[in-house]
Amino acid sequence: MPENNWQPRIVAFFCSWCTYTAADLAGVSRLKYAPNIRIIRLMCSGRVDPQFVLEALARGADGVLIGGCHPGDCHYAEGNFKTLRRYQMLRRVLGAMGISEERIRLEWISASEGERVRMVINDLVERIRILGPLDLPGRLAACDAELGASAQALRLPQYRQPAADLREVIHG
Amino acid sequence: MKVKDDQPLRIGFYVCHCGHNIAGVVDCAAVAQYAATLEGVVLSRDYKYMCSSPGQELIREDIRDHNLNRVVVASCSPLLHEHTFRTAVAAGGLNPFLFQMVNIREHDAWVHTDKAAATDKAKALAAAAIRRVARHRPLETTRAPIHPDVLVVGGGISGIHAALTLANAGKKVYLVERDPSIGGHMAQFDKTFPTLDCAACILTPKMSAVRAHKNIVLWTYSEVAKVEGYVGNYTVTVRRKARYVQEELCVGCQECVEACVFKEPKFPDRFNVGLSRRKPIYMPFPQAVPQAVVIDPERCIELKTGKCKKTCLEACADRHAIDFQQKEELVQIHVGSMIVATGYELFDPRRLPHYGYGRYPDVLTTLECERLISSSGPTGGELRLHSGQAPTAVGFVLCAGSRDYKTNRWCSRTCCMHSMKLAQIIRERTGAEVTLFYIDIRAPGKGGEEFYDRALAQGVKFVRGRVAEVSDCPLSPAEQGKLIVRVEDTLAGMVRRIPLDMVVLAVGMEPQANAQEVRRIMNMSCSAEGWFLEKHPKMAPVSTFTDGVFIAGCCQGPKDIPDSIAQAGAAAAEALALIDAGGIDQEPNTAYISEEDCSGCKSCVDLCPYKAIAFDPVKEKASINAALCKGCGVCVAACPSGSIGQNLFEDQEVFEEIEGVLAHA
Repeated sequence: MPENNWQPRIVAFFCSWCTYTAADLAGVSRLKYAPNIRIIRLMCSGRVDPQFVLEALARGADGVLIGGCHPGDCHYAEGNFKTLRRYQMLRRVLGAMGISEERIRLEWISASEGERVRMVINDLVERIRILGPLDLPGRLAACDAELGASAQALRLPQYRQPAADLREVIHG
Repeated sequence: MKVKDDQPLRIGFYVCHCGHNIAGVVDCAAVAQYAATLEGVVLSRDYKYMCSSPGQELIREDIRDHNLNRVVVASCSPLLHEHTFRTAVAAGGLNPFLFQMVNIREHDAWVHTDKAAATDKAKALAAAAIRRVARHRPLETTRAPIHPDVLVVGGGISGIHAALTLANAGKKVYLVERDPSIGGHMAQFDKTFPTLDCAACILTPKMSAVRAHKNIVLWTYSEVAKVEGYVGNYTVTVRRKARYVQEELCVGCQECVEACVFKEPKFPDRFNVGLSRRKPIYMPFPQAVPQAVVIDPERCIELKTGKCKKTCLEACADRHAIDFQQKEELVQIHVGSMIVATGYELFDPRRLPHYGYGRYPDVLTTLECERLISSSGPTGGELRLHSGQAPTAVGFVLCAGSRDYKTNRWCSRTCCMHSMKLAQIIRERTGAEVTLFYIDIRAPGKGGEEFYDRALAQGVKFVRGRVAEVSDCPLSPAEQGKLIVRVEDTLAGMVRRIPLDMVVLAVGMEPQANAQEVRRIMNMSCSAEGWFLEKHPKMAPVSTFTDGVFIAGCCQGPKDIPDSIAQAGAAAAEALALIDAGGIDQEPNTAYISEEDCSGCKSCVDLCPYKAIAFDPVKEKASINAALCKGCGVCVAACPSGSIGQNLFEDQEVFEEIEGVLAHA
């Protein structure tokens, strides 16, 4: 994909009770925000398996947004606290992988905060735009190609692509 | 693509135009054409209104004629029409859960202006749903029974009406009120607009009916402390505060009040908004229901020091209604549904210091003015200034704490009519000059405009302009000893100074100070302003996002008495519909554990807030009780061996969605 035409692609996981409803409210209120976001509905932000986030990045997302109810307001009492815990862990994992922690974000947005949905999405899109494309699929392919070429040069038999292994780990 | 069942995939895809709502921004035909190229899609259509009966019929016929085994509809939010389309899919003979919805209205067409980008987004979302639906399996709903008893929270006119409606239908109702008497704000009103009929004459019979009704358990001076459970099966803990009077033994004779060691009433009386005084033992107001006195523990000498002569006990004599040993009680009840009618609070005009409330004794609020002209009020209905004289010129400052960016942005809806009501009564009773300072007169509703005409005909003066200041600094002899209202008269195009004897601030409505607390207890949502949020502003105005919890009256937003009663009736009808349906179908989104994969690590056990996960120490496996599972999926995300699945939200289904939204550029 040519650099100048690049548009950030962001996958969002929203809890059905608060943030998804707030995104509906943003629609009903006809608030306008950047079209770079793709929202996936889950019952609770606590359902967000860290694998979902890694999968999204591995499939080509430039950023991931997780939206849940405010602390204390979780429809399921405390699911969002679990999300917070996993989010902190994920940020460290991503940092260790050399991926900017700014590419993932956790936001508490209640059902009435349509305006906040607009603000958060626009802000995240702008920040990701500054960070530039992540292009994890491209990087993984490049890694495969490079290692494959050196394996060929060294005439290593039965070469297995390490990037493909990584993908397998990520995809479970 | 592999599918769990053996049949080849036959997906039907539909894009809804929603008139111009979607089609105005998204190229629906292009989305349909794109979807037709995706794996498994055998039929792809775009149609004006998918939710209409011809739209639903289209799905039904296609399932039959084209032997579809999956259906995807791209239209509005699933929170709005998922149920509609599932029903249509089921009517076509397919399991309703072999369906997926794509939100291209609220999350796409309505929030984007770039047509190409919006169409691309619609394609990506459609691709995600098409990939996802391939993984769907047939599911069955379970039906939860509904406990027939109902809890009504709040004993104002809304709560009273809802409770009576339900009780008259033969349902057992618990009515819980925080104050020592039911009646709410309406009990404090003298007359009601636009008919000017006496508020007490229409309210008090309903209050007595509540007390007398065999199906109503009335708990005043009580608050909801805790709510557990779910629709059909709530366990509610009610805190019954100590009244220090046995309600069932008190006959309401008030001899104890007479006999109290405080010879004169000394403490501000809440019912008269502090305009009169009461004793530590008091009847909340003459028509209070229940007719039982209450002791204020902050003021009663016996309760504070234990060293009182207890003349009240002597006066009560062999009725033994007074009980200084009474303690707060926590009572548990079981109900199937709840109606929240906790009302509103009045705006505190001290937040607008330029109006002088609290500084000038003759600056009042509408409720204070109401008590002063009420025949049951502290002056017996005589409107008097602080000095004791009758006012000759009275002004009403409208929108005090409403339609104001500095305080509250919303219109409180009742203040125009309320002020015009007081203005007419003052004109009639005292002949004083009455001036209304307004931004716009809002007199909608039945009889509202006629009421405005009547105020004009009675000689009430209307000055259009938001009042800048109320002061007592005279600039001319005519202003000496008066309150001066400075206002820009926007019709005359000039700044005016108008001297008055009394200024009444038409204070607006605000959410209750403890609305956030109540919202948390009830698991509801609030609007940004703090009003309780209805499920849908038009289609579900008294439902909330929590099944079995309904809202009525001003806790949802400012409204007048007729609207409050209409809402209370609607909430009661919703609760009745729920009860009489006998049960409620529950979304089959529960989690389950595949026993062979479970490693017995117990990570999930403590995560579940509903204690739905049990661990079998013999088999060393965890298992989930589907009846207790609420379907949040927290355990699914946490299971290290991937042995927990969640119906409707399987890992593979979400992975397909992720891949789908990113597959299209």
